[in-house]
Amino acid sequence: MGMTAEEWGIVMLSLQVSLAAIAGALPVAFGLAWILARLRFPGKILLDGLVHLPLVLPPVVIGWLLLIAFAPEGPGGRLLAVFGVDVLFRWTGAAIAAAVMALPLMVRAIRLSLEAVDPRLEQAARTLGAGRWRTFTTITLPLAAPGVLAGAVLGFARSLGEFGATITFVSNIPEETRTLPLAIYAALQLPEGDSAVWRLALMAVALSLAALVASEALSRASGSGRGGHVL
Amino acid sequence: MSFDIDVTLQRGERVIACRFTAPAGITALVGPSGAGKSSVLEAIAGLLRPGAGRIVVGGTVLFDSAAGVNLPPERRMCGMVFQDLRLFPHRRVRDNLLYGHTLAPPERRFMSLEEAAAFLDIAPLLDRRPRTLSGGEAQRVAIGRALLSGPRFLLMDEPLTALDDTRREAIIAVIERIRAELALPILLVSHDRADVARLADQVVELGL
Repeated sequence: MGMTAEEWGIVMLSLQVSLAAIAGALPVAFGLAWILARLRFPGKILLDGLVHLPLVLPPVVIGWLLLIAFAPEGPGGRLLAVFGVDVLFRWTGAAIAAAVMALPLMVRAIRLSLEAVDPRLEQAARTLGAGRWRTFTTITLPLAAPGVLAGAVLGFARSLGEFGATITFVSNIPEETRTLPLAIYAALQLPEGDSAVWRLALMAVALSLAALVASEALSRASGSGRGGHVL
Repeated sequence: MSFDIDVTLQRGERVIACRFTAPAGITALVGPSGAGKSSVLEAIAGLLRPGAGRIVVGGTVLFDSAAGVNLPPERRMCGMVFQDLRLFPHRRVRDNLLYGHTLAPPERRFMSLEEAAAFLDIAPLLDRRPRTLSGGEAQRVAIGRALLSGPRFLLMDEPLTALDDTRREAIIAVIERIRAELALPILLVSHDRADVARLADQVVELGL
């Protein structure tokens, strides 16, 4: 069963959207994970709850909130207009939706790995002459790396599967926002869409499996078994 | 080079008051467990902030609550050998040893990696991972890591516990050579009276 050029385009768009989502979400997720793992402050429970909202809210609600935020008069829309960027009904909007939905999973994985880093090792680095930043880059980050990697792959897999928030926020536009799940949904509506659904669904399975296997291999190679496994 | 310590530390409900001056050489800090010996070392290293007081080592003020001085640990130039050693698990022995060495300005380094490896008899271990070391080997690597960072003084927390008699003798010999050959002042915490009697030039008692 050969994939048509249009279907390959859908796969490439999905990869593009998911990679952009992870690239944007990873620094944010790391920052939030660090704050939640290391700082104590009033309102921490509130921040923790906000980060986890996309995990428990109906994705349609997230999509609707994004629509309000990024409408031309919304706060996000005004901000992006300054840079001349338009995300409504564009693939960039699909990436934003995927990033927001993937964020809680990434924060959870990274936070766990940061909490597993022994602060006594960081103290030892300080007594050996390393400042805060050097201690972070030479001790904390390398020890947390397998978890960060696992978080990124988990977020990537989640982004590939994103449906509800995407279709609500940026609709289902061929060659712009029609990623794999949206294409499968569209094909299901067509009387002759059965074989396309099969091909696209198998592709989704293959991509997700590849991501998980890659994560496992990377975490083995980098940590020789020091935690941070997805599988 | 001398220690001039006068601090009060709040540890939970307990208040630890510690005041002593000690000249160069080996000073042993002794006392029952729970007296706060390790806390005093951590305060000198800058890992624990005293409630009040002054910490002066070799004329350099490391902490002075009245004057608002509180140097961060990385600027105190102390070689700390922790009781739990704290070798970096993701770095080979060589890179553990070089961690502080590469950060220290060249004029503060007083031995090279090769010299330290020979001094401590750890040359065959350089390519090993810390988790593959025995207790005595790990102890010597931890001492080497501290020495290579070019410290002005050493803080050693129970350097002789958890070692069998032969290993113990080896570490005692190392500590005596540090005193004799490197002339580094050492403040060490110990609960073993026999070790203290053998090693220490002066003894500071910390009561409950």
